[in-house]
Amino acid sequence: MTRLFYDGTFEGLLTTVFEIYEHRLAHTKLEKGECYTSAMFEDKIKVITDETRAARVLKGLQQKLSPDGIQRLYIAHMAELDKEDDTLIGFIRYAFDSLMNIEEDFGNKYVLRVSEIVGFMRREKHRMEAFVRFQKLKDGSFYAAIKPDFNVLPLLNRHFKSRYADQKWIIYDIKRSYGLYYDLHDTQFISMEFSSINKPDKVIAAYTEDEGVYQNLWKNYFNSTNIPARKNTKLHVRHIPKRYWKHLPEKI
Amino acid sequence: MLKILVFLVDMNADKVTEKLNILADAAKYDVSCASSGSKRQNHNKGLGNASNGICHSYTEDGRCVSLLKILLTNHCIFDCAYCVSRKSNDIKRAAFTVQEVVDLTINFYRRNYIEGLFLSSGIFKNADYTMERLVLIAKKLRTEHNFNGYIHLKSIPGASDELMREAGLYADRLSVNLEMPTEEGLKLLAPDKNRQDMIDPMNFLKKEIIQNTEEKKLFKKAPMFAPAGQSTQVIIGATQEDDQQILYMANHFYRNYNLKRVYYSGYVPVLSDSRLPALNTTVPMVRENRLYQADWLMRFYGFKVNEIVDSRQPLLDLDIDPKLSWAIRNMQAFPIDINKADLQMILRVPGIGVESANKIVKARNFAKLGWDQLKKIGVAINRARYFITCKSTDFERRDLTGTKIKQFILAESHSKYLKNTQTQLSMF
Repeated sequence: MTRLFYDGTFEGLLTTVFEIYEHRLAHTKLEKGECYTSAMFEDKIKVITDETRAARVLKGLQQKLSPDGIQRLYIAHMAELDKEDDTLIGFIRYAFDSLMNIEEDFGNKYVLRVSEIVGFMRREKHRMEAFVRFQKLKDGSFYAAIKPDFNVLPLLNRHFKSRYADQKWIIYDIKRSYGLYYDLHDTQFISMEFSSINKPDKVIAAYTEDEGVYQNLWKNYFNSTNIPARKNTKLHVRHIPKRYWKHLPEKI
Repeated sequence: MLKILVFLVDMNADKVTEKLNILADAAKYDVSCASSGSKRQNHNKGLGNASNGICHSYTEDGRCVSLLKILLTNHCIFDCAYCVSRKSNDIKRAAFTVQEVVDLTINFYRRNYIEGLFLSSGIFKNADYTMERLVLIAKKLRTEHNFNGYIHLKSIPGASDELMREAGLYADRLSVNLEMPTEEGLKLLAPDKNRQDMIDPMNFLKKEIIQNTEEKKLFKKAPMFAPAGQSTQVIIGATQEDDQQILYMANHFYRNYNLKRVYYSGYVPVLSDSRLPALNTTVPMVRENRLYQADWLMRFYGFKVNEIVDSRQPLLDLDIDPKLSWAIRNMQAFPIDINKADLQMILRVPGIGVESANKIVKARNFAKLGWDQLKKIGVAINRARYFITCKSTDFERRDLTGTKIKQFILAESHSKYLKNTQTQLSMF
């Protein structure tokens, strides 16, 4: 059994695959971060990310999978799940070891698990597209704070850029401390400094005057559309899990 | 490019709030919430787009909030027994101005609260006067504000063809609610309304949509016309129609008018009237759910309506879903071999949905599937196992009747519907 350690990047993952095939490693366990000293007779390799090697692996994968399959792998990696690096390696090895494209072999445990993880990401992305609530700031731009379960911010780029093409906006991931900023031309990743008073999810001082008016109107609207005779709290919470409530004006 | 800034603060915020509360409350019984099915793209750095639907929030009764759904006004010249805005009902009446609706839509949209606008109205003065104002709002949003979000307008029965045609140019979806599943039902509860008046605009729009589709094939730049099509709604439980009448009606409208959706809205008693169920009648939520399940079987699972309900079985089972109900009445079709059967048959197995069925036919190209893999793919094994065989020596060997299978499945399931049945099954 060989334990490998990589830096968590997608290029790092691909470099790891290169190492596995170069050294003909049979049983491997992949982890992120530093390798701490442990059992004496264990083989440990620290993988140094190499762009050229990663590119070669990617090219090889492109022969074996469709662009959709590669994207699924990329998105599954972006989920940054702690114990799933071996699943990704398993998926890639299965792809290389097969003569045909295996990305739809849902009978295989790696393919199925990758598909499940992509499902988590897809659902969280869809939730964020639904639950982002912009607040208008004094300078006319729109600001929203989110706390997604997974790192889906890069996946929100296309949707919000094409929808809100005529207003400046920022979507800030307060869990991962970085955000996406659109300046009417293009989007870029940013990180912001917040003073201890002005927490990133409470930038009240910067609102325009009528921001409060619209939030109240929305709360009123939300309450008016409810039909009490059909109350179904279980269903309601299933649709909007409680951890999202503090970011939705209508649930505060 | 002239940017039109909208400030609602100029108008009295309290007054608008009051109007919003009245007119959103009055609109909530029109349950259509879809915001998908269109193909509207943003262009010229305008505001918004509309293609896939997004549910931005959910009410406490579990329904999706996707659009700003309001009446332009709840003043109405009609007196339909089932409607809370009926002329003879003593309630607060209000009316938005055109500008107020536009402002609310734009400002909610910019904050990502909504996918767009759902605009209905009571009928004041006459059909054309009402429809004209609905169309004006849609026109302003599209042309003055470069708004590409989703717009759903009601087709007011009796409005002129010209207004309908204009509506189609600006709206994504148009709908007219049949409200009662049969003509008799409508005559009983809304004697001054005419069912044909509701069907005429459906027919007109169906033809216009077909014509527009043809035009677009020839001229790519031809304008869009109601790209998300038409829908309708019927109220369940206000009158005596059985499920067979309701589903046959839905099937008729899907086939002959190309409707995208039929909505089934369980009757919520809000008014006291000798023609209607009593005020303390519970909302028929289970029946409504079964109707939606039957509707899904027709549209996604390849079932014909007379397989689900017919003259011998005019009512849907309340304790089990219609697919399971069909399966136990047709045991001669089972068991099927999951590794060999057609997709169409796999879709008929209780416990297998569309996604799982598609995964199965893809996965079995690589290797035959056993119970373990089927479970991981998402098949509900506790149901499916009575109807399929797979790569395993372990399968249901007993020669069971449909009734016995139903008992076993109900005993094992945690169905919320069990609470509603009179005969509780003993588990041990």
